[in-house]
Amino acid sequence: MKSNLEHSEAAAIFNKDVKRVDWHDETLWFVREKRDKAAHQIPEWELLRETASEIKNNVLSNMHDYLLEFESNAQKNGITIHWAADADEHNKIVHSIMEKHGVKQMVKSKSMLTEECHLNEYLSEKGIDVIDSDLGERIVQLRKEPPSHIVLPAIHLKKEDVSETFHEHLGTEKGNNDPQYLTEAARLHLRDTFLTRKVALTGVNFAIAETGEIVVCTNEGNADMGVHLADVHIACMGFEKIIPQRKHLSVFLRLLARSATGQPITTFSSHFKTPRDGKEMHIVIVDNGRTTQLGREDFRSSLKCIRCGACMNTCPVYRRSGGHSYHNAVAGPIGSILAPNLDMSKNADLPFASTLCGSCTNVCPVKIDIHNQLYKWRQVLVKEGHTPLGKTVAMKGMATVLANPMVFDFAGKAGRFVMKNMPVLVNNSLNPWYKQREMPAPPEESFREWYKKNAKESKDKKDE
Amino acid sequence: MSSRTTILEKIKQNQPTAISELPNLGTLGLESFEILDKYKAVLKGIGGDFVEVLNYDAIISFVKKNYATEKRMITTIPELAEIAATDWFNDDPHSLENVELTLVKAHFGVAENSALWVTDDLLGQRVSTFIPQYLAIVVNKKDIVATMHQAYDRIGNQEYGFGTFIAGPSKTADIEQSLVLGAHGARGLTVFFMD
Repeated sequence: MKSNLEHSEAAAIFNKDVKRVDWHDETLWFVREKRDKAAHQIPEWELLRETASEIKNNVLSNMHDYLLEFESNAQKNGITIHWAADADEHNKIVHSIMEKHGVKQMVKSKSMLTEECHLNEYLSEKGIDVIDSDLGERIVQLRKEPPSHIVLPAIHLKKEDVSETFHEHLGTEKGNNDPQYLTEAARLHLRDTFLTRKVALTGVNFAIAETGEIVVCTNEGNADMGVHLADVHIACMGFEKIIPQRKHLSVFLRLLARSATGQPITTFSSHFKTPRDGKEMHIVIVDNGRTTQLGREDFRSSLKCIRCGACMNTCPVYRRSGGHSYHNAVAGPIGSILAPNLDMSKNADLPFASTLCGSCTNVCPVKIDIHNQLYKWRQVLVKEGHTPLGKTVAMKGMATVLANPMVFDFAGKAGRFVMKNMPVLVNNSLNPWYKQREMPAPPEESFREWYKKNAKESKDKKDE
Repeated sequence: MSSRTTILEKIKQNQPTAISELPNLGTLGLESFEILDKYKAVLKGIGGDFVEVLNYDAIISFVKKNYATEKRMITTIPELAEIAATDWFNDDPHSLENVELTLVKAHFGVAENSALWVTDDLLGQRVSTFIPQYLAIVVNKKDIVATMHQAYDRIGNQEYGFGTFIAGPSKTADIEQSLVLGAHGARGLTVFFMD
């Protein structure tokens, strides 16, 4: 299922349907505009961002102690804490909890970590039926697709697509594309799921060291519906979700939904501190490469991310290439600095899927310098030999040309000659610069030639 | 070595050595605005409704007029026992699946986002505000704070097993960004302001 296409190849396929790409672009830009409107209503927005960034910097430098504090407080609250070094261990822990209870079905609210770990595939191989309860996630799950956006999992689909999928799987009326009708169908279908599942899994938005509680934010109420009706609550988190104190939630809850969708807050911001009487609550704390990222000075601040998706909504490349072209659980600009840490060779293309325009950095609520990190990853990836040979050869060739005036002069002349007399050699599909744009008309002479001539003329004039 | 030990050791080794201090939150949330007006405007904006009432009798008559009282109504507020059941706190939570309206009290509300803070001592059961078709929450007018900073000041070290901020009815825009109220939780939220 995992696509092996490079980002640019997948983007080229996505771009074949021009109307649809325009629609995708506009839809995400609409979300970005909603974010701006919400942000502009808060006069101290920039101070909030700065404060959030400082809290997260403090977390990075005290990660070890905060995690111990969280663990001990959570245990006092009656929560069982598990530690998973990687995706495989995470999946095994979750499965072992299911096995202990002899349960074969799970209801799951949104968790990008479980996407990163491919938990659904793992559990399905073990004969466990997982139902994703977030509407967008349920839609893509029925279509056997991964989410294309961390906040809006089905943002790449039109209502006609959803209607088709629901007609096939939930028996809705063929051709009824009304979002209200389709959502109602999903509500009924999932209500039955909530009422019958004994194990509910959720993600974690924030874990508070001071109190040992976790906070989960949803608009649909699906996390709560799952958890409060189940016997066992499993919450999975990357260790970077930790924040020091309860009062710090004020900063993050003001920023999160406004940055994500332009809402003043999500409908539900649920604080889970203890399991219900006689029930169980487990938290799985996952590393899966995060400790390595923490040690990379240039990239560690990517661990400050609160997963709002603002960087995706604003990114001109994301908007016009779609989340699936990033072949990673977290797409877009932030995904492109997280992914190479997970697997450098598989994700070497992603830091190049950017114009480095910096819009992502400007909207990030915790002030991650995303575009700088994309640029730095490119250097690391080239040095470590993960970029395509063609690119390396071309860059080396370019370096030789630029370092040698004679060669540079010749190359310029040759280029102008070719563009003038044999334009077909550059105006063809083999030249990526020709894609969606005309090559410029070649100038009669280069700047060097012009300068030489004119400098001489003006010198002659002066001498007269 | 256990994964716990390995992870914690690696974190200790890799975390930045320069300690970043925690920022002061005291300068945030000091903007002044008309708190109740703001609350109402934001609530309307996110699909909720409000009614100003003088007492519980007014709530009872509003509910009788506007909700299907022949269906199952539950509450944790003794004064509303005339219209809603108060004997379900120890039932199997699944048995609440046919509830039409839940009425509960909130500790306080937040003007900037219209969220209401409820904890399990007000909920009867944790699922009670998520499972019904409609939800009504009673809050005192004087218990509306300006921003989330005042909200967490107020929560302070409050003990709870579960607490949640509820802002408007449950909703989704997962199908082509079309807003639909009533995703999994309540399809509508009415906030009763009491003097």
